[in-house]
Amino acid sequence: MSGYWRDIFAGAKSLVIGLSITGREFFRPVVTEHYPYETPTLPARFRGHIELIANEESGEPNCVVCGMCQRACPSGCIALSGEKAPSGKGKVLTSYMLDFTTCSLCGSCVESCNFNALRFSREYNRVAFDKSVFQLDLIARLKEQNQCKP
Amino acid sequence: MANPIVHALVYLIGLMTFAGLNAAYLVWCERKGAARIQRRTGPCEVGWAGLLQPLADGLKLMTKQLLVPDGVDAALFRLAPVLAMLPGMVALAVIPFSAHLQALDMELSALFIFAFASLAMLCVLLGGWASGNKFAIISSARAVSQNLAYEIPMLLTLITIALISGSLNLREIALDQQGGLFHWNLFRLEGWHILTMWIAFIIFFICSIAETNRAPFDLAEAESELVAGYMTEYSSMGYGLFMMAEYINIVVGACLTTILFLGGWGCPFDVAPGWWWFGLKMYALIFTIIWVRWTYPRTQIYRLLNLSWKVMIPFSLINLLITAGLVKFL
Repeated sequence: MSGYWRDIFAGAKSLVIGLSITGREFFRPVVTEHYPYETPTLPARFRGHIELIANEESGEPNCVVCGMCQRACPSGCIALSGEKAPSGKGKVLTSYMLDFTTCSLCGSCVESCNFNALRFSREYNRVAFDKSVFQLDLIARLKEQNQCKP
Repeated sequence: MANPIVHALVYLIGLMTFAGLNAAYLVWCERKGAARIQRRTGPCEVGWAGLLQPLADGLKLMTKQLLVPDGVDAALFRLAPVLAMLPGMVALAVIPFSAHLQALDMELSALFIFAFASLAMLCVLLGGWASGNKFAIISSARAVSQNLAYEIPMLLTLITIALISGSLNLREIALDQQGGLFHWNLFRLEGWHILTMWIAFIIFFICSIAETNRAPFDLAEAESELVAGYMTEYSSMGYGLFMMAEYINIVVGACLTTILFLGGWGCPFDVAPGWWWFGLKMYALIFTIIWVRWTYPRTQIYRLLNLSWKVMIPFSLINLLITAGLVKFL
């Protein structure tokens, strides 16, 4: 019999505690973001797909076509090629293709780059119905970014 | 209104509008309330603050096909959702919203509402049975046992009120409670009813949640176990009508609690009594029901029945005895 009363009183108490918690939450501010109208502030280490870093003065990619990123990639989603530089010293990048459909954003390419030529972008909006959208031409992307610069 | 036909028509249209608007906008309130409790915004795309959302949902449901699967009792299957709407709508006719706003003043109106409330359970049974679906049948069996179990304490509480007010007429019961907070059945000083009536109020409120199949007692449509229970096979407005019936039943339950315990249309400080006070109390109760739903998880079927048979019924019986004693000897 004592268990019966204990159940009733303990149960009633826990019910009141539950109601007070939800009652308090009801008046607290909303924590969700109204996505297409409000964009989230990205965390500092956010990983979008990779992109090329340009030389600050010339706007040309820092890349020296060493191919370390290509070798470091576990999914084989990087394909790059270069040609001999006109000055005769080193190479210049002619194409840098990223297959984002197989990329797992592990970051091995960024880590392996010794020439400050690769970084994660802040791009989080890329959606499409077609796979080909995720075959990214990073040189074209860099050119676009250069044009947007003031 | 002298002409009885005009009187009946005006009230019919008024009550149907009231029921329809409540069914539509309580869904909106429920979604907004749930969102606030979970710290989201809820519907806010269709119209200002999502106020046109019920309209969009209704249009969407109406444009869908009412699928009648093979192996279904087609006539009963179509009939059940229509019948489900009936008890709530009929019950609204005898509810006194204020001293002068009542479609039909009936001597046994409290009993009338309970008679139709048990019809609501039959509609759920009908829908589940006609669906010929295992989930639906289990769900209707649950709904029936649940409704049976919770009707008993609810009726015992009603008898308690009838003892105090000396009437089963809702209008008389409400009139008996006019004159401020301490004349309400819940806080009645006269005859020391304040000592036990709060227990009766809690019992009645819990039972009205259970009777309307609301969480945490929504065992009949427990999604995680029974898909959607008796509504599993329903699509389009068949489902929509069940949904609307659920919300109309909530309105009726809240109206009944208001009349039986909270003094109907009376003001707590005895100023300007009227339908506005009735609405205020009723919507406060409905808000509490929504609040309860988004606070507690669903119980289990045997716990639900234990709660009724082992706690609610003994308590309401003892309460009835005490009230009878107070009425007799004070």
